[in-house]
Amino acid sequence: MLRLIGQRLGLGLLTLVAASVLIFAGTEVLPGDLASAILQNTATPESLAELRQELGLNRPAAVRYFDWASHAVVGEFGRSLASHREVVVEIAPRLRNTLFLASYAAIVAVPLAVGLGLMAAIWQGGVYDRAVNFATLLTISVPEYLVGYILIKYFSVRLGWFPSLANVTPDTPLLSRIWLTFLPMLTLVLVVIAHMMRMTRASVLQIMSSPYIEMAFLKGLPKWRVVIRHAFPNAVAPIISVVALDLAYLIVGVVVVEVVFVYPGLGQLMVDAVSKHDVPVVQACGLIFAAAFILLNMAADVLAILSNPRLRHPR
Amino acid sequence: MTVPVRLFGHRLTLPALIGLIIILVNVAAAVGAPVIAPFDQADIVGDAYADPDPQHVLGLDNLGRDLFSRLVYGARMSIGLALIITCLSFGLGVTAGFAAAVLRGWADVLLSRLVDLLLSMPTLIFAFVVLSVLGTALPVLVVTIAVLDAPKVFRLSRALAMNIGALEYVEVARLRGEGLWWVIRHEILPNAAAPLLAEFGLRFSFAFLFIAALSFLGIGVQPPAADWGSMVRDYRDMINLDAMAPLYPAGAIAILTIGVSFVVDWMLAIHARGQGEGA
Repeated sequence: MLRLIGQRLGLGLLTLVAASVLIFAGTEVLPGDLASAILQNTATPESLAELRQELGLNRPAAVRYFDWASHAVVGEFGRSLASHREVVVEIAPRLRNTLFLASYAAIVAVPLAVGLGLMAAIWQGGVYDRAVNFATLLTISVPEYLVGYILIKYFSVRLGWFPSLANVTPDTPLLSRIWLTFLPMLTLVLVVIAHMMRMTRASVLQIMSSPYIEMAFLKGLPKWRVVIRHAFPNAVAPIISVVALDLAYLIVGVVVVEVVFVYPGLGQLMVDAVSKHDVPVVQACGLIFAAAFILLNMAADVLAILSNPRLRHPR
Repeated sequence: MTVPVRLFGHRLTLPALIGLIIILVNVAAAVGAPVIAPFDQADIVGDAYADPDPQHVLGLDNLGRDLFSRLVYGARMSIGLALIITCLSFGLGVTAGFAAAVLRGWADVLLSRLVDLLLSMPTLIFAFVVLSVLGTALPVLVVTIAVLDAPKVFRLSRALAMNIGALEYVEVARLRGEGLWWVIRHEILPNAAAPLLAEFGLRFSFAFLFIAALSFLGIGVQPPAADWGSMVRDYRDMINLDAMAPLYPAGAIAILTIGVSFVVDWMLAIHARGQGEGA
């Protein structure tokens, strides 16, 4: 089992390295380099050459990649082209805010989705079950900003229960932070919950067709007991994988939600940096997002191995 | 839940019919925008933020432009762009996927690993990285999204071609001495058409939502051109006045996506049933 997990971890690390190459290549190999991106229309051949010299763009791409990657490993991403501050200084508070929002949403969404999914499995084929199926189809199609603005319109503008802007500062106390980010959290939860729920239901129902479940029914056990005690433990592995994958999706959703609620997170920073052609910041943010995405995918694999006794105790 | 309407020789389900109507209405709006829209999208026709009245059914926007007209013209931009992107990503993905399945060997390995790599990263994040250097001109957006989406088409078409390519009639054609291109066109493509058509719908939804998200974030379609995503962005401050303005384009995006997924679900169900019966 350790070998299996080790393999997954190694594969994840390899993917991360490949992703970093991709992020670097994405800004390098393409026509129009960093210097012309910064200068835009004001570029003259002389100013371009000068800026290329200053940014070190004259060195071969491979050399610059290793330079960038070796600094990135210890958290040095250079200076922002727009604000001239250290990229790390710009990113650190933003990353903390994004992690807070994402974990807040995950803590609410995961138990809720698994619970509701189990209920859908127990009342399979009923009105509740069909309503869940329909809701899933809707939320997969509905963009985050529609959900966000509907929530703002009704809960913030009409009812005035929550603020429409999630204006947090580093010294906002935890309780008011939870209140300020309630609507962004709710948006993210609404966007991911249906899929998680449907996958939980599908995993449980697949187990429900096995002979040992029929045996449990024949013993005369009530349905809720069969689902929770007999089917659910064996459905945990696929559910964990789905939850991790949905959380990986949350990372992308968070970018849009941060912009809707003007929340000072990493996604907002990255979007601003893209429109300002601030490549060092974009690269750093991209690497962090990619790392989180790859990490969650890896966690899904490892947890699936750990929760499966057949893989845990190989013969 | 079927209705007595047939398409491609199959009965439509109720959701599929609804989806089809949604798609037709949207396409009609996109094609006939100058006829349908009562005003031009850029014309200022009254006071800013004016409420709806019989001439302006949805009211006026922050600059006094007719919201309904802008919505109709927005359909043109949103749907047109998404269609071009989908066709491009399909061209790339299907060609590469079929080639990989037929050629096998190192070409297959190389393409498959490259695709694995591209899929290991969130598409939106990679698009950010590329657009930060290339800027947001329309051709750049189209090609970027198409290239980032092509790996998903590649996976499906490669799997399809692998399955079909292992069947006897393809072997017969190859032994007969037919060329690679002929085999793809005459043996593989017709048999992969149904699942590819469903995939086309899915990829269209993806491209449509993706370009709308980029525009909403301000790094997609740039003013004065406007698609539904950038309209949501333009009107987002109006939400604080309790106005509906940003919800119309956002709702239009959601409704068209739902319509497409209804039709795709129906096509996938037919395909699954056809295979089950061995037809």
